[in-house]
Amino acid sequence: MSVVGPAPGIRTTCAYCGVGCGVIARPDGRGGATISGDSEHPANFGRLCVKGAALGETVGAGERVLHPLINGTRTTWSRALDAVARGFGETLQAHGPDSVAFYLSGQLLTEDYYVANKLIKGFIGSAHCDTNSRLCMASTVAGQRRAFGADVVPACYEDIEEADLIILVGSNAAWCHPVLHQRMLAAQAGRGVRLINIDVRRTATSVDADLNLTLAPGTDAVLFSWLLVQICEGGGLDREYVARHTTGLGEALAQAKVIAPDLAEVARATGLDAADISTFVAWFMAHPRTLTCFSQGVNQSAQGTDKVNAILNCHLASGRIGKPGSGPLSLTGQPNAMGGREVGGLSNQLAAHMGFAPDDIARVERFWGSAHMARREGRKAVDLFDAVARGEIKALWILHTNPAVSMPRADFVRGSLGRLDHLVVSEAFAGVDGLLERAHVVLPASPWGEKDGTVTNSERRISRQRRFVEPQGEAKPDWWALSEVARRMGFAKAFPYQSAHEIFCEHAALSAFENDGSRAFNIGGLAGLSRAAYDGLAPVQWPLPAGKSPSGRMFAGGGFFTSDSRARLVAVASPALREPTTARFPLILNTGRVRDHWHTMTRTGLSARLSTHIREPFVAVAPEDAAALGLDSRAYARLRTAHASAVLRVEITPQQPQGQVFAPIHWNDATSGQGRVSALMGAHVDPLSGQPESKAAPARLEKIDMRSFGFLATRRHLSLPRWLVHARFAIAGGEGVVFACECPPADLYALIANYLPDSGQRATLRDEGAGRYRTLVTSRAAIETLLHIGPLRDDAALDMAIRHFAAPEHDSRLRRALLAGHAAEAVDQHGPVICVCNNVHAGSIRAHRAAGARDLASIGAACKAGTTCGSCRPEISVILAEPVAATIPIRQPEVSLESS
Amino acid sequence: MLSTRFTRETLVIVGNGMAGARLCAELVAQAPQRYDILVLGAEPEPAYNRVLLSSVLAGEIDEAALSLHPQEFYASHHIKMETSAKAVALDAAGHSITLADGRTIAFDRLVLATGSQPLMPPLPGMGLEGVMAFRDLADTRRLQALAARAAEVVVIGGGLLGLEAAAGLVRRGAKVRLLHLMDRLMERQLDHAGAAHLRRAMERRGIVVEIGASTSAIRGEQQVEGVALADGRSFGAQAVVWAIGIKPEITLARSAGLETGRGIKVDDRMRTSHADIYALGECAEHRAQVYGLVEPAYAQAAALASHLGGGDAAYEGSVLATHLKIAGVGIFSCGDVQGAQGTSSAVLEDAAGGIYRKVVTEGDRLKGAVLVGDTEDAGFYRDLLAQGTPIGGFGADLVFGPQFFSTGTQVAA
Repeated sequence: MSVVGPAPGIRTTCAYCGVGCGVIARPDGRGGATISGDSEHPANFGRLCVKGAALGETVGAGERVLHPLINGTRTTWSRALDAVARGFGETLQAHGPDSVAFYLSGQLLTEDYYVANKLIKGFIGSAHCDTNSRLCMASTVAGQRRAFGADVVPACYEDIEEADLIILVGSNAAWCHPVLHQRMLAAQAGRGVRLINIDVRRTATSVDADLNLTLAPGTDAVLFSWLLVQICEGGGLDREYVARHTTGLGEALAQAKVIAPDLAEVARATGLDAADISTFVAWFMAHPRTLTCFSQGVNQSAQGTDKVNAILNCHLASGRIGKPGSGPLSLTGQPNAMGGREVGGLSNQLAAHMGFAPDDIARVERFWGSAHMARREGRKAVDLFDAVARGEIKALWILHTNPAVSMPRADFVRGSLGRLDHLVVSEAFAGVDGLLERAHVVLPASPWGEKDGTVTNSERRISRQRRFVEPQGEAKPDWWALSEVARRMGFAKAFPYQSAHEIFCEHAALSAFENDGSRAFNIGGLAGLSRAAYDGLAPVQWPLPAGKSPSGRMFAGGGFFTSDSRARLVAVASPALREPTTARFPLILNTGRVRDHWHTMTRTGLSARLSTHIREPFVAVAPEDAAALGLDSRAYARLRTAHASAVLRVEITPQQPQGQVFAPIHWNDATSGQGRVSALMGAHVDPLSGQPESKAAPARLEKIDMRSFGFLATRRHLSLPRWLVHARFAIAGGEGVVFACECPPADLYALIANYLPDSGQRATLRDEGAGRYRTLVTSRAAIETLLHIGPLRDDAALDMAIRHFAAPEHDSRLRRALLAGHAAEAVDQHGPVICVCNNVHAGSIRAHRAAGARDLASIGAACKAGTTCGSCRPEISVILAEPVAATIPIRQPEVSLESS
Repeated sequence: MLSTRFTRETLVIVGNGMAGARLCAELVAQAPQRYDILVLGAEPEPAYNRVLLSSVLAGEIDEAALSLHPQEFYASHHIKMETSAKAVALDAAGHSITLADGRTIAFDRLVLATGSQPLMPPLPGMGLEGVMAFRDLADTRRLQALAARAAEVVVIGGGLLGLEAAAGLVRRGAKVRLLHLMDRLMERQLDHAGAAHLRRAMERRGIVVEIGASTSAIRGEQQVEGVALADGRSFGAQAVVWAIGIKPEITLARSAGLETGRGIKVDDRMRTSHADIYALGECAEHRAQVYGLVEPAYAQAAALASHLGGGDAAYEGSVLATHLKIAGVGIFSCGDVQGAQGTSSAVLEDAAGGIYRKVVTEGDRLKGAVLVGDTEDAGFYRDLLAQGTPIGGFGADLVFGPQFFSTGTQVAA
């Protein structure tokens, strides 16, 4: 007899952040899979965060785009591809290459990214090809290119275990890069590495930090300028390294002294205690093995590039780069932001770490055999969508991202999409906010689990992402769709691809093409991979030139990718928020993530487990600000900026500094009503990186007096009006919605009742006096919909609804409990009334029997049953004689009048 | 008088229905050996449980199960009991009654437990064969016979009795159409929604229910052939059962000059305007209230027996509560079920469970409740209403029943 073992596991990488954890997927044969950590992957060694651990719940779930659509109508791939090619071809012919753009995503695989980039920059002739990495990593790219001459992260994850001091800057790693954070905490507990957390607010990452520096928004560069001054004047300078491998220290230091003239000024500007600043400096000086990990708090700034360089300056001046346990380590947001940068997905890059210098253009042109090369940098994301709004860009292809939600001024961007003559969207999920309905052509894309290729994580490690489930519907790989369009546009010869493997080899070959060592990104060692070797590729770090072994740490011995091979120390601008607060907008709005959600929630929103942590959008407010505005913990408030407003539940927390509020970015019109936080943010961009300021927008809060609250638990998606303040979340068996409204409960009930399904049986509560309205719709076997509306928020009732929603059956007791919002638990009220005189239920008699009353007299003494008319004494005796734990039906005559 | 010390007073009870029978039992318990008791019943059968007639009609129990007292009860307690003994005249001043057979019987004290008569409206065709009421065992037997031959029967009246008759008939095989004059069934006990639940339950059992149906005539030559409505509709039928209500049987009392209103007026000791004459049950009017249910009659019997035994118990009225099952559908109703001005109502419905509940509150007090389907919590509401218990502690979860308020707490608000 054969033993059926577990399904064979397929090694792949996680769909989410730039840590790039290895996971093992075991398909269940029904379109889903179970997911576990890959103990052999060097990013995580088997560990997973809660999002990664819940990946299995999201595979095969969600409403998908299953077929190509033209103007909303289903069509064939062939017709759709014809339409895409014709649209771009006609736009190109009529308006030239500057009228055409692509907008890509850090969630595309490298191979998809490569083909997109090649098509638009090499054959359409436009460099207006940007990516949502612009919103995420662009400042680091610009800062690294400025300092190192190339977009190279010098450190690697092993440095976490090698470091003596880890400085986190603008990073809530505990929530956003949990696996790396766990590695840091393990190092802290093990070899006693110290953790410093620099942020504008206290977060989950603050909890375990040895020193928390909660500084004023936008003042990171003040602190790091002071550190540079102290390095130079306090004996921390690595004179030899600086002399041999860098230039620019003089100017950088002079400017640092302007920014940070003395400790008092630094304390004043940053709002930090002078003693804490001194501790920070002292710890840095004392620990040559210092690793500085930075993330969106640094990047998402109108001075993001300078913030990056202020950090890099300190590592260069102290020679702490590329050595075990020391260096700057940018924590990347997306799973393949770095892969996108490698192929040139950003509009100011061409391909394979080459830019728009004439030599680069000519080289790439030769390699691609291109006839229509883009010859200058294209528009960066904010600029690109402004050009869309102005009508200058007329044809746009958006792949695997939703700028209608994620761009700053998202309402403006969403509306601008309507101006396009030709909008093509490659998307996996239906129902995303504001995108598909504006697209002329929608192409069904394969999401994670269905696609095959490579990604590069934050430490330059290329890992395979492998397909482990079959594509749903007619979903196809993006490289295939891009190649088919290229062929239809007349570029068949340059786009002959039959597999991701071929594309990867070409990409690797380009990285090595005429690369004499002047370009950091060289994976020529992988250009000749056989199909089998590609399929079996183990995670590997670049650079990997042909004939050499892969490199881990970079730049310990210099060798920068500038013309003189020296790194640049950069004189950074004086820190100042681009948009200061005003009397009208006195608060600073900061945006970011929550622990268990990701981007616009198209995937995390499918998991019931991930919705249990934070299920609705909120605005975190300092207690002092809340008190001044009259907000309490039940309040909702309108959060308003110059660009838009959102209505959010108020969360009062001392973690939030006075004068600052925080709101998560995930919710949008597909998952909420009035929860589009990205729409609030302005579009002030960093002059070098083009990355918008997402961490500081002047804002105001206006209290809203909600008069009714409620929730829905529903098997089928119910659309609700956008004006209604609500949030959606996954629950086992369906979807939950919480909402609040300024109108009275009766009015809200009258409105929402219209959205309930017509079929099924109903159970209702209408309690006009208390303003409580509840409806339960059931089918024979299942709970279909439960609606609660009342004058108070009742989270316990929602929790109970969630617990019981997927119940395999229901009875009148459960139905009543769901309407009541809590379980019937008073055992002594269970069952029929046995003693009518004294109103004693069978349950009470059983309870007293269990407590030791074994005869009529003691039952009577305990609860008076049977002590008045005595007519129930036989029934009491029957109950006393019951086998323990059994229940017997009490005979009820078919017709009876109550008798005394 | 010396003689009274050794000679027991004669107590005559006119009427051997449920009230009279219960009084006998109470007297045995509370005033043993105190009176020479004579019970006079007009029907040929000894006391039986009229409430269970619909169960007999439905075939759920047999006639033997109706008996209220075993035959030996009367003998063993020295109670004389006569059947087919109808009193036709009362001489209050003379302390005597006259029976239909001409006998005159003297009493020291008299209890009138004459019950009530079905209302039979004066419409054309009321004298036809097949026009009947549903009041006694004889009616029950006739209805059983009709059902046995699958007759078409029109039941007029959508109150408790009519519903029970209809349910019993349809269960025994009759084709039943129920006509009700008002806009909903059991309008005195149920609100509209509760009545709608009940109507659906009846219709599921195969009863055709016509609401707002005003009968104008019974059609037929000699035997009933159908029913004509005021709106012009007409329905064929071989029998018509009237169940539109009852009127207290007060003929005897009125002719004797006792004070009467709708019923025979009594005080809290159930004493009429004549000091030695009492009344109870459906014929009695207490504090302007005439009860048509057995529970108040039993409470009255207990109070009256106490009084007759020298005790001082008083009857102070009953909470108007209806608690019954019609064809398996539990019905409970008490207090204000409509929700008067100033009250507030909470309604719980569960279609799948056939459950309807409404509680009416005013301030901190329960004012009324309707339960249809599941009446498990009837006692809870009845006690809250009767005792006027403040309901503040039960929170807003009162309508869910006692199992739910004990743990019902609103969170975070």
